Amino acid sequence: MGETLRTYEEINEKVKRGKAVVVTAEEAIGLVRQKGLERVAREVDVVTSGTFGIMCSSGAFLNVGHTKPRMKISEAFLNGVAAYGGLAAVDLYIGATQPAKDDPLNKVHPGEFKYGGAHVIADLVAGKDVHLEAFGYGTDCYPRRTLSTWIALKDLNQAYLYNPRNAYQNYNVAVNCSDRTLFTYMGVLLPNLGNAGFSSAGQLSPLLKDPYYRIIGIGTRIFLGGGTGYVSWQGTQHNPGVKRNEKGVPLSGAGTLAVAGDMKGMHSDWLWGVSLRGYGCSLALGIGVPIPVLDEETLNHCAIADEDILAPVIDYSDAYPNGTGEMLGYVSYAQLRTGRFTLAGKEIAASPLSSYSKAREIANILKSWIQAGSFQLSRPVALLPGPESGVIFRNLTERPANHHQTAIRR
Amino acid sequence: MTSSRKVVLRFPPQAANQPLVCELSLKFGLVFNILRASISPHREGLMLLEIVGEPDRQEEGLRYLADKGLGIEALSQDIRKIEERCFHCGACVGVCPTGALTCDRESYLVSFEEKQCIACEICILSCPTHAMEALI
Ligand code: SF4
Ligand code: SF4
Repeated sequence: MGETLRTYEEINEKVKRGKAVVVTAEEAIGLVRQKGLERVAREVDVVTSGTFGIMCSSGAFLNVGHTKPRMKISEAFLNGVAAYGGLAAVDLYIGATQPAKDDPLNKVHPGEFKYGGAHVIADLVAGKDVHLEAFGYGTDCYPRRTLSTWIALKDLNQAYLYNPRNAYQNYNVAVNCSDRTLFTYMGVLLPNLGNAGFSSAGQLSPLLKDPYYRIIGIGTRIFLGGGTGYVSWQGTQHNPGVKRNEKGVPLSGAGTLAVAGDMKGMHSDWLWGVSLRGYGCSLALGIGVPIPVLDEETLNHCAIADEDILAPVIDYSDAYPNGTGEMLGYVSYAQLRTGRFTLAGKEIAASPLSSYSKAREIANILKSWIQAGSFQLSRPVALLPGPESGVIFRNLTERPANHHQTAIRR
Repeated sequence: MTSSRKVVLRFPPQAANQPLVCELSLKFGLVFNILRASISPHREGLMLLEIVGEPDRQEEGLRYLADKGLGIEALSQDIRKIEERCFHCGACVGVCPTGALTCDRESYLVSFEEKQCIACEICILSCPTHAMEALI
């Protein structure tokens, strides 16, 4: 691990006095190249990372307040988009990819998916009124059965994002080997390797700056949607045991984060409802994670650059939908950032689905917050499962209807 | 009576090097202006064409091109980029056939050069924020 250079307490003491030395991940890469790891590790206290991209596994818990007479909401629609009501009386969860109930979906392919859960969340954050229509079955304690009203973020008791899976550590590069255009969550993919879509912020992306989850853990305070949030758990499909290169960088999608944060502190610039043609709606979200330079190894990881990060190229006409696990090759983010790469002798235009310019902006905002003393670093209360944890990402093993086991008490 | 119309022609890679468009004047007596074109080997080519002539002859000419395997679409709109809706992801850049949409490799901001646009509308399909719009 090497010698400890500073502790969280020491860093926060400096943050409080406005004396912390903070650089963005991009700057850290340049500095380490220029001055060497040892020297920069002594000089820099914190490195900031950032990512801004489409993160489907996102959603929000809303407590809308009790009605008079009281009502146990079992079915709810926000601007016509279903929210989950199977919780206590007036707690709702709205998922980012939930389409509006009258959305034609893909009946005429590719569907437009103009408005959905992510747009509701974005409208709330923008301070807009959102229509709530709700139904309940009526109980002695919650007699009311129907409700139609307007809600706004400022009037809600609680409204917080709780995203089960964000900030994927590395991801696929999507291509299309078939002869028809595909409409995917990785964008429009033109036939015969006509283009490629990728989505990681690469060298700015939080978990690629901490490949072994030594720093980012449960309780890490982060930039979330323009406000403050926290890492709340390992993300769903967290898969730390994948193959890595000699720098420790996973060679495919690996770790993920579950994050939570108060929507009341968020800003529309960093949280957008988006529509992916033929696929569905989703949330484009900004996340930034500060990384305290506790030792040289931490900085060494922060200095991982786009050329060190390889992403697997996957055919979304077959290998992905059918889950064959087949891969066409690897390409580095440095190459992807040029806008073109070569696969099987063919030059392919590559375009991201996440915004590198916004990722950079987030790293800079987080840097300025820490420099100004308004954002303290938090020590995680528990780390995420690492490569040795045995945590793996399984596919579903389907079993015929009569092959169930009776529950075994453990 | 002569009239003029604008159409977008899509050339499959194998048709890119045939002088099909000239046939419009040779066979059908039409006058044409190539407004914008992007034809490169191994990729689908696109051409924005203005055709002037008798409407019936225009129809015949276009049918001839369609029979030769060209895709034909009417151009009735202009394309614009609504800046405040764009978060500069770049999804549109990789699908734009003419380079009208480009990403600056320093700032990573995406810009739209209308002069190069042939209104194929692929960017409208690929933009997740509805920032690219066709004006009817
Ligand atoms: S319509 Fe869009 S994709 Fe097509 S040429 Fe114009 S800018 Fe490019
Ligand atoms: S796809 Fe849309 S949001 Fe993304 S860069 Fe292009 S215009 Fe902007």
